[in-house]
Amino acid sequence: MSRRSREFLDYLGIDPPSAVSRRRFLELFGGGIVVAVSANDLLALQEAPARRRFARQLPDDFNAFVRIGEDGRVSCFTGKIEMGQGVITSLAQMLADELEVSVDAVDMVMGDTDLCPWDMGTFGSMTTRFFGPPLRVAAAEAREVLLELAAGKLEVPREKLSVSDGVVFDATDPAHTVSYAELAKGQKIARIMNREAVLESVKDFSIVGRSFNRRDAVAKVTGEAQYAGDIRRDGMVYARLLRPPAHGSELVTVDASGAEAVEGASVVRDGDLIAVLHATPDGVERAVARVKAEWRTPELDLDQDSIFDHLVEVAPAGEVLDQGGDLTAGIAAATASMSATYLDGYVAHAPIETHTAVAEFSNGRCTIWASTQTPFPLQSQAAEALGIPEEKVRVVPPFVGGGFGGKTYNQQAIEAARLAKRTGRPVQVAWSRAEEFFFDTFRPAAVVKIAAGVGEGGRITSWDYTTYFAGSRGAEQFYDIPNHRTVAAPEGWRGGPGTHPFATGAWRAPGNNTNTFARESHVDVLAAAAGIDPVEFRARNLTDPKMKRVLETTAGSFGWKSSTAPSGRGQGIALGIDAGTFVGLAVEVDVNPESGHVRVVRMVCAQDMGLVINPEGATIQMEGCLTMGLGYALSEEVRFSGRRVLDTSFDTYEIPRFSWLPEIETILIDAADQPPQGGGEPAIIVVGAAIANAVFDAVGARVFRMPMTADRVLAAIPKETPS
Amino acid sequence: MKQTISFKLNHKTTTVETDPDRMLLWVLRTELGLTGTKFGCGEGFCGSCTVLVNGQVERSCQLPMNEVAGAEVVTVEGLAEDGELHPVQAAFVEHDAMQCGFCTPGMIMNACGLLAKNPEPTRQQILDSMDNNLCRCGAHKRIVEAIESAVEATRKGVEP
Repeated sequence: MSRRSREFLDYLGIDPPSAVSRRRFLELFGGGIVVAVSANDLLALQEAPARRRFARQLPDDFNAFVRIGEDGRVSCFTGKIEMGQGVITSLAQMLADELEVSVDAVDMVMGDTDLCPWDMGTFGSMTTRFFGPPLRVAAAEAREVLLELAAGKLEVPREKLSVSDGVVFDATDPAHTVSYAELAKGQKIARIMNREAVLESVKDFSIVGRSFNRRDAVAKVTGEAQYAGDIRRDGMVYARLLRPPAHGSELVTVDASGAEAVEGASVVRDGDLIAVLHATPDGVERAVARVKAEWRTPELDLDQDSIFDHLVEVAPAGEVLDQGGDLTAGIAAATASMSATYLDGYVAHAPIETHTAVAEFSNGRCTIWASTQTPFPLQSQAAEALGIPEEKVRVVPPFVGGGFGGKTYNQQAIEAARLAKRTGRPVQVAWSRAEEFFFDTFRPAAVVKIAAGVGEGGRITSWDYTTYFAGSRGAEQFYDIPNHRTVAAPEGWRGGPGTHPFATGAWRAPGNNTNTFARESHVDVLAAAAGIDPVEFRARNLTDPKMKRVLETTAGSFGWKSSTAPSGRGQGIALGIDAGTFVGLAVEVDVNPESGHVRVVRMVCAQDMGLVINPEGATIQMEGCLTMGLGYALSEEVRFSGRRVLDTSFDTYEIPRFSWLPEIETILIDAADQPPQGGGEPAIIVVGAAIANAVFDAVGARVFRMPMTADRVLAAIPKETPS
Repeated sequence: MKQTISFKLNHKTTTVETDPDRMLLWVLRTELGLTGTKFGCGEGFCGSCTVLVNGQVERSCQLPMNEVAGAEVVTVEGLAEDGELHPVQAAFVEHDAMQCGFCTPGMIMNACGLLAKNPEPTRQQILDSMDNNLCRCGAHKRIVEAIESAVEATRKGVEP
């Protein structure tokens, strides 16, 4: 629970956890009107696992605070953070719409654990879907309070009042007005939302559904936007830690005298941490390189090629996620049966901002500025590491320079916090690029095996799907297949000890990139076996009207030319579902038959994500997904030898560049009558399969392993048989 | 050995006492309080630390101070004049040409360097000259569009 949450409850006289005066509350919030909203069922459901994980009570107090200040400005306090996904804009839009104020009148206070209500973290494309509804309820309640106050002030019945841009007026006498600022002045009203607010219906939206530019854009183009590494504190020192050469290495001997000899450098130990400190970041880098250490590294005979057999071998028995009909009967009904194994390597998050944190410890309190997707879990982690109560830790997330699921573990922030406590000075820990590649929680390598059959009329008769370490997200197929089984081994993508040689974790749409690559590649394999055009083949096997519409929109906008693959055109299509959003992608590729190099020429993506809050923001996310997806599809793969990570920077680990940029077209399917769905991840899941299918269409090469490097494509191009 | 090094930084003469082999990036960020120039890799691969030195695009993480002495350095903080955004900055805002924003200063400085040399680049020239500046969020499409629109705006501004 945040400090504000506790003091809010106390102010309302609800189970006061500590004696906090009304004065204290007002110091925190100032005057005005404050509304808090409790978790709705959906939110409770999604947060339940986190609650267990962090052994912390779900804050059954609130998920959102909305304040209308005495100056008429609206503040939104949310535990979510901004890392480029644009919720700093879309949440403000939702709030502005319900309150009937301009977006410019809304201030967002994000992720500060002292000020904002508890939140599990920003990931899973959940902010808009799950946080949006309670925020709107809070805003609607605040509007009701303001209207009640206005009714008294204007001496006009509530039902005769309307609001425009933060000004309440008498509908029968529009000159008779009172502003939110005037209404909030001198008020000390706190409400907990305990009844259903009357939410605006879609047709009344004036701000939601309209495009808004990013609210953080000016700060980001002028260099004013602060990231964790830009925080400066008096007396701050920069720390670099002694790092092992490989995961699992044990320190045998260490000699830090070389580092200590560097002018201005000092060495501290805190338990297992050996850190070099210096007043400058380059000074500390020079010094840490002079620490001599000997390590014992256990042998492990695994690399990026042998990992797949290993994974299948160590996988636990699978969980059946879904099954129906009779697979044996399905195979018997097939005119062609096709089996294949699909492989996907480890992928790095590689945000341009490496993990960074500044920590300051004074008077028993610790403040941490960290690049993190999970400020509240970090508060708990830091309290535990420092041996102090949670309320003595404050996490302040500045702008986050890219997360993609990678900034959820907070190792760097704990390192900074421990060193700050140990030295009594503010400490900055900013990982080098090599540290970023080493400690990254890679997207796990995974294997998918599919055995399927196609029968009369191009109908898929059987579908037997097993995924190893890609988890359940995106594993279940959505075609109308009478006999089918989907197995995930294990059900989640996390493997136990002995599975992966290093840490793995969530990477933008966890598991779904792999699952969609496998499923949609195999659908095309079946289409080719049946001699049917891939779009037509999908249409024949789909009954879901939403997915059919996505398929039609994608193919139509692309200008799909019906033909059996390989047609030589280089067109490919793939469909998928992620975070409640249905997505389709058609691509055109150019494959160099001599080198195997793939260039994506054009991408046309359509998605049905329900009500779109900010079409501009949603489009940006789609474009980002499509561009980022080129990397995992074509080049990105972490190479390793045993527990040693061989890629340490962008020279060998290639991420998408300007020269790769295809023409990109995005379509948001109109579904404003449906609740909003996720937007930050869905469009990335279809990139691999659409390209794989297009490569097959171009040159007849079916590539079963991502990334589809030039070598792998070349090896898959069928050799011409001499006639 | 520390030396006194003078150079022009964002149109003002600046003097620092520093080791001549320190990289400009760190002097900007830690001595001069200009944190808009970012550290992304420290090896010259990502372009987050891009600045202009005598009008040329340079990686400040690879540029020692002794090469900066007497030079004219412009960082992202030095582009806006009298509170008015530079046309490239304005175009980035208008096109939402960023997500997390961490690579943005480097992108903008690289684009400014390109336009200073070649005020009317083709799309291919833009792609070529931006190729070594990395963006992980995938804002590439909008960055290119923003640069094209800055070219357009500048052309209109120059012509009577």
